[in-house]
Amino acid sequence: MGEVKRGYVRPLDLKHGRVDMTHGSGGRAMVQLISELFAKHLGNEYLGQGNDGAVLPAPTLHGRPGRLVMSTDCHVVSPLFFPGGDIGCLSVHGTVNDVAVMGAKPLYLAAGFILEEGFPLADLARIVESMAHAAREAGVPVVTGDTKVVERGKGDGIFITTTGVGVLPDGLDLGGSLARPGDVILVSGSLGDHGVAIMSKRENLSFDAPIESDTAALNGLIDAMLATGAGLRCLRDPTRGGLAATLNEIATQSGVGMMLYEQAIPVKPVVAAACEFLGLDPLYVANEGKLVVICDASDGERLLNAMRAHPLGRDARFIGDVIADDHHFVQMTTAFGGKRIVDWLAGDQLPRIC
Amino acid sequence: MKYIDEFRDGELARNLGASIAATVQPGRNYSFMEFCGGHTHAISRYGLSDLLPPTIRMVHGPGCPVCVLPIGRVDLAIRLALEQGVILCTYGDTLRVPASDGLSLMKAKARGGDIRMVYSTIDALQIARDNPDREVVFFAIGFETTTPPTAVAIQQADAEGLKNFSVLCCHVLTPSAISNILESPEVRQWGTVPLDGFIGPAHVSTVIGSRPYEFFAEEYRKPVVIAGFEPLDVMQAILMLVRQVNEGRAEVENEFARAVTRDGNLKAQDRVAEVFELRREFEWRGLSVVPYSALRIRAKYGSFDAERRFNLDYRSVPDNKACECGAILRGVKRPQDCKIFGTVCTPENPIGSCMVSSEGACAAHYSYGRYKDMH
Repeated sequence: MGEVKRGYVRPLDLKHGRVDMTHGSGGRAMVQLISELFAKHLGNEYLGQGNDGAVLPAPTLHGRPGRLVMSTDCHVVSPLFFPGGDIGCLSVHGTVNDVAVMGAKPLYLAAGFILEEGFPLADLARIVESMAHAAREAGVPVVTGDTKVVERGKGDGIFITTTGVGVLPDGLDLGGSLARPGDVILVSGSLGDHGVAIMSKRENLSFDAPIESDTAALNGLIDAMLATGAGLRCLRDPTRGGLAATLNEIATQSGVGMMLYEQAIPVKPVVAAACEFLGLDPLYVANEGKLVVICDASDGERLLNAMRAHPLGRDARFIGDVIADDHHFVQMTTAFGGKRIVDWLAGDQLPRIC
Repeated sequence: MKYIDEFRDGELARNLGASIAATVQPGRNYSFMEFCGGHTHAISRYGLSDLLPPTIRMVHGPGCPVCVLPIGRVDLAIRLALEQGVILCTYGDTLRVPASDGLSLMKAKARGGDIRMVYSTIDALQIARDNPDREVVFFAIGFETTTPPTAVAIQQADAEGLKNFSVLCCHVLTPSAISNILESPEVRQWGTVPLDGFIGPAHVSTVIGSRPYEFFAEEYRKPVVIAGFEPLDVMQAILMLVRQVNEGRAEVENEFARAVTRDGNLKAQDRVAEVFELRREFEWRGLSVVPYSALRIRAKYGSFDAERRFNLDYRSVPDNKACECGAILRGVKRPQDCKIFGTVCTPENPIGSCMVSSEGACAAHYSYGRYKDMH
C-alpha cells in the first residue's frame, strides 16, 4: 500500500460519495481510499509497513516454534447489513474461526475488497469500521490487503475475501478425520440464528423476527476449551449447510456414523417458528458463531462446563454420539422416538409448496 | 411455536402408537395411502413408520405439486424464459424439476433466463409493476391450496390494468387424481395395489372442504380421514382409519377439524370459479392424461393467460425410460423398487420428479429413510 503525496487533497466524501472506477485504478484515488478508510481503521505496525506483503515475526507459542495454519474465505452476503452484523465483521469472524477451529491461535489477517462502481462510500466506511472493531475484539490485526473496483453491474456492491494465518502448538492435532465411535458430539449454542436473521431481511421476504445473527469470533471460546486439556478430536464452525453439512463431512472423513437426539438440539423458538413457515429445516441453516465439537466421551462433561463458563458457549449442549456405521450415515432419533437420516443438502434449501 | 409443538409431542405419539398396535387385528394387513406430499414428508421427517405396527403399510400418493408436473409443462416455462425473454416467476421447489435436454428452470437461469423464485403471487405482481417494459409470467403450479392466490393475482392485475403480467396455469385438482387412482386397474381389477383407505389432504381440504371426499367413501367404499400435516395428526388419522376398517365403515372423518369444515372456504372457491374453468384434459406425470383434472384461465381473463398470449402449444414428453415415478405416484411401486433410485437418481441430480421435492416419495425416502434398506 502506498502513501498519498503531500498537498491538498479533498477528503473522501464518506456521506454522499460513491466508489468509482478510479478507486480501483491504482492512482491517487485508490491510495486515498486506502489511507483514509482502510489504513485509518485497520492500521497497525504491520499494515503500516506499506509493502506488497507484510513482514511478520516468526510464530512461536509459549516461547516454542509452532506450525502455521492458514485459511481463506470469500464473503458475499445479501443483504450487506443484517441484524447482528454486516459483511465487514462477518469477513473477520469467518476467517478467524476457520483458523481457530484447527486449534491454532489466529495471528494475522489479509483482506481483499472487490468494490462495484457506484457503491456508496458511507456503506463502505460502515463496513470497514465494523471489520476493524471485529479484528480488535478478536485480537487479530489486518496486516495486508488489496482493492479492486469493477464496473457497475459486474459485482454486487462489495465482496470481501479474508485470509488468516495462525500458529498451532506442536502436539495438538484436530481434524475431521479423527472422530471415533464412542466420542460425543457437542454444540456451543442454538442453531440457525445467522441464516434466519439474513433471510428475515431479504427484499422479497422481510418479516419482523426479533432474531440477530450469531456472528462472532470463536478464538476466545476455543482457547478456554483447549485450556481444559480435554481429548478434543475435531472442531468445526457449522456455516453454510448448517449442522447437517458439518456432521456429514466429519462422518465421511472419519469413516463413522452419528446418532443425534433431536430433543437435545438447541434451536431458539423464534428460529424454529421462522423455519416452520418458510419450510426450512434449522439443521441446514447457516451459523457464524457456533462450534460443533467432537470429543472423547469421558471429557464431555468437563468440556461442556468450560464452554458454558464462556459467554459464547453459555448454551452449549450434548447433542449426539459418534457410532460405528459402514455407510457413514448421520442419523437422528426424532423427538417422536422414530429414526431418520440427517442427509447432505441437495443444492439450496428451497421452500416447499404445499 | 404454540399450536405446533402440541402436535409434535413424542409422549403422545408413543401413546397413539400403542393404541394403534392394540387396535389392529391380528393376521390383518392394512394399506393406507396418504395422498399429500405434506403427509409423506411428515411420515419420513419424524420417522413415524418406526412407531407403527409392521402390518400397516403407508403408500405414498401423488399429492406433491412438483412431482405431478410433466416435463412438457416445465419445457413451456423454460421456452418462455429463454426464447421469449420474459421474467418467469415461480415457487421454489419448481426450479429443480427436470425438463427436456437436461434442463431445469435452475439450469435455464444459468443459461441467461431471467427466472426468479417468489414466495407468493404478490411478489410476482410487484415484479410486474417494477418492470413495466418486460413481460412477467407467473408459472402457477399446485393443487387447490395454491389456486386461490393465483386467482386473486389475476383479478388484481386486471383491476390495476397491469398489461405485462400473465400466468402459465398448471393448477390441478385433488379429487380427479384420487378418482384416477381408484379407477386404475391396479386398484380396481388386479388388486396389486391394496388400498384400505386414504389420509385426506390437510391444506387442500381447508379450501375445498370435506364434502368432495364423500363420493369416494360411498362409491368406492374407502374410508377417508382428513388430517393435518403435523405428525400427531397423521398418527391419529391412522388410528381412525384402522378403526373404520375394523368396523367395516367407509366414511369421511375429519381429524383436522381445527381448520377444515365440510364446505371449505367458500370465498376462495368463488374466486377460483370466477377466474378458472375446467380443462377438458391435462397430462400428469405418473397418471398420464386425466380428464377434467386441471384448471385453465377463463376467456374473460384471457389476456392474462400466458398460453394464449404467447401462442404456446403443449407437447407431451415421455419420462426417462428407467424412471419409475409413474408407478410410484400411483402406489404401484415403492421408491426403493426403482432401479435408478439412489444411484443415477439422487436429490442432487434428480431424473424423476419424485426425487425433486422433499414431499416427493423418492426424495423423502432417500433423505430420511434409506438407511433402512441397507441395514
